[in-house]
Amino acid sequence: MALDRKIAYINLTTGDIEVKPIPMEVRKKFLGGRGLDAYLLYNHTEKGCDPLGPDNALIISGGILCATLASATARTHVMAKSPLTGLLGSCNMGGFFAPEMAWAGFHHLVIKGKAEKPCYIYINNGEIEIRDAANIWGKTVTDTQWAIHDELNDKEVKSLVIGPAGENLVAYANVMTGVKNAGGRTGMGAVMGSKNLKAVSCRGTMDVKITHPMEALEYNKKFIEQITGAKVNQTQGTLGTPFIWGATNSWGGVRTENFRYNQLEYADDIEPERIDEIATETMGPYHMAGCFGCQVHCRAQYKIPSGKYKGKYDEGPEYTSQGAFGAEVGCRSAETVLAGNHLVDQFGMDNLETGSMIAWAMECFEEGLITKEQTDGIDLSFGNDEAVLEMIERICYRKGWLGDVLAKGGIPASKNVGKDSFDYLIQVKGMANLHSDERGTPALALNIATSSRGSDHLRSRPAIDLYHLPEKVLRKIYSTPVPYDGPLSSEHTEYVGKPWQVFWQENCYMAVDSLGICKYHTTFLGATLPNFENWPKVLYLNTGIEMTPEEIWEVARRNNMIERLFNLREGATRNDPEKGDVLNHRYHDEPCKRGAIDVIGKYIVKDKFDAMVDEFYEHKGLDKNGIPKKSTLKELGLENEPSHLV
Amino acid sequence: MQSNSKVLLINHEKCTGCRLCEQVCAVKHHGASNPSRSRIRVLKWEMEGLYVPVSCQQCQDAPCLKGCPVGAISRNEELNRVEVDYDVCIGCRTCVSVCPFGAMHYNAIDGKVAKCDLCDGDPQCARFCDIKAIEYTDGGDVSIEKKRVAALRLSTVKKQAAALDEHTA
Repeated sequence: MALDRKIAYINLTTGDIEVKPIPMEVRKKFLGGRGLDAYLLYNHTEKGCDPLGPDNALIISGGILCATLASATARTHVMAKSPLTGLLGSCNMGGFFAPEMAWAGFHHLVIKGKAEKPCYIYINNGEIEIRDAANIWGKTVTDTQWAIHDELNDKEVKSLVIGPAGENLVAYANVMTGVKNAGGRTGMGAVMGSKNLKAVSCRGTMDVKITHPMEALEYNKKFIEQITGAKVNQTQGTLGTPFIWGATNSWGGVRTENFRYNQLEYADDIEPERIDEIATETMGPYHMAGCFGCQVHCRAQYKIPSGKYKGKYDEGPEYTSQGAFGAEVGCRSAETVLAGNHLVDQFGMDNLETGSMIAWAMECFEEGLITKEQTDGIDLSFGNDEAVLEMIERICYRKGWLGDVLAKGGIPASKNVGKDSFDYLIQVKGMANLHSDERGTPALALNIATSSRGSDHLRSRPAIDLYHLPEKVLRKIYSTPVPYDGPLSSEHTEYVGKPWQVFWQENCYMAVDSLGICKYHTTFLGATLPNFENWPKVLYLNTGIEMTPEEIWEVARRNNMIERLFNLREGATRNDPEKGDVLNHRYHDEPCKRGAIDVIGKYIVKDKFDAMVDEFYEHKGLDKNGIPKKSTLKELGLENEPSHLV
Repeated sequence: MQSNSKVLLINHEKCTGCRLCEQVCAVKHHGASNPSRSRIRVLKWEMEGLYVPVSCQQCQDAPCLKGCPVGAISRNEELNRVEVDYDVCIGCRTCVSVCPFGAMHYNAIDGKVAKCDLCDGDPQCARFCDIKAIEYTDGGDVSIEKKRVAALRLSTVKKQAAALDEHTA
């Protein structure tokens, strides 16, 4: 059963491997996946450890429901101290890796040390082997996986790999699996690279017993109907996430030319309908692909229709690539978006961070902070498609002064560029913002400012805030499983009630990440999707664990608190411009210039923003400085961390 | 009882590669999540975006049935399937080696051969495949939709040829 899956502690310096069970006490306290990863990271690293040094712990996991019949239990989570932010590093991806790891016997791997030479870890039905990777080092993301298939003579092996970007320690290198399933953000690929670890490969044929199989099967059918019945998921299943970009751009929520504008005009060529047209033309009418067990199938397949990379196969692009290689860099070409997406997939680097770094460099270039000498003669003006693709490659291989500087990540790069370049860096805690512009949406601004892994939309974003749902509907969602009778507003430009929504979503997403399921199956983009009320039954039928919605909520709060404890231990403070819960000053000083009538002129009012952070801290049980109160830690059973239960 | 003509119809072009069919098959038959125990498998050519579910074709003239040295395999006309009698089966795996589709497999955990039994008339793979890449449908009609697509293609070609004639005349 799921609960007999183990933790393996692997030391790449010594080659020592230790396998341990996960005690029930630990399951009930943290569930698994991201939550238990956070606990393991806090317990298995020391304050101030070098993110690229042997003492950093690289933790790879599936959620407690991984591989079970709970719908889309595909998610793989990776955690370590981040080389990009110096704080919590965390990434989460779909695909097929974590279930394979579960069938091979494991839910969590804790990898420390550094191999003497390039290696990969091979796990086959409980056996763990560290193998030589001399022949695959240097290969791209997909070539690495197929080379491992050949070497092991087994095409069913699933691998988690790094591409050249991870080897070159690009601070925002990804961990990848499949063609494009990306563990992006915070540079977990660089941590793998620093350990000389090219891949973790799994093959498993061991049963994950389902506690009540027939009931689980029937409940899963209903669960899937609830999920695929949501209009938003039907759209996802047709257009993929690009549809979000289209909708967001039309009302003025897309960061354009770094941060000059909040909407890309004349963007027809990168609108979702056009992307879908290309996918249809190149891959036929049925071009959507799904992750393990998922009926939403939001991943498009495509071939690049023209240009230098014509005919190359890839998947996506997610809406993040439309932002990263479209609006942010002022480009309007599907070819550039698709080629950019392909390059970062093959190199194994974060599309969001890459696009944001190039956009920042472009604004610095246009403002005269970066010279043509420093770009090796490249014209880094906004809208230069060729320069964007060239810079992606330069960053991956750290070519030229600027390629190397940008590969370090935002804050170090701003120190190299100097002058007031930091002011142009649209980041929180050293990680670039998503391509979205949150000036017209205070709830979303609070979300990115307080997210535990730096600016991010997948940790606490109340995305349904944009739907102007009736207060009654909001009340129903946001007062379950714990009562909330404070204010709630249907108006997305409002400030009241938003801290609670962000707090609620933070717990919702943590629960999802600890269970190991996808956010498209919960209250993220759709208001009718499953959440706390539905999970106890799924958990019980699949694993036998009995928990109430309130107990799952408590686990989520606890897990979020550990992530905060980690960041605090690494020196995060509330108002630190590099590590704090703050926004770039432009959010407060520059009003939106474009977009819908209720967005134009909007900016984040500093006083109101500060009041939101205060209230958010109160909900979390933190003091005004963002430090947990003693009573909160006691309530969550975290007063003695690190407690070394596993 | 009237014999059943329903068949499992697989249209691989529609397949999204999610492998939920493998998942529900294993859970239905073994109470466990484990694709290696599933009687249907999705084969993938990932760089081509090609995913093909493969299961037993319930052949009319089944090589497994013919090859079985102890007569453990028979046709069940009522369910329109080829089935294994495990009381007779000696586990020699001849059926595995003669099946042209690889649809008969050997399960190392149970030490038994296994194949699709159409879940006794309610195949879970078809039931759960939301995009209908797998359907459980009447055997007499399986090709009508393909015919329709082919017919349309033919008529389009004819129209184009006619237009070309006019143009070049």
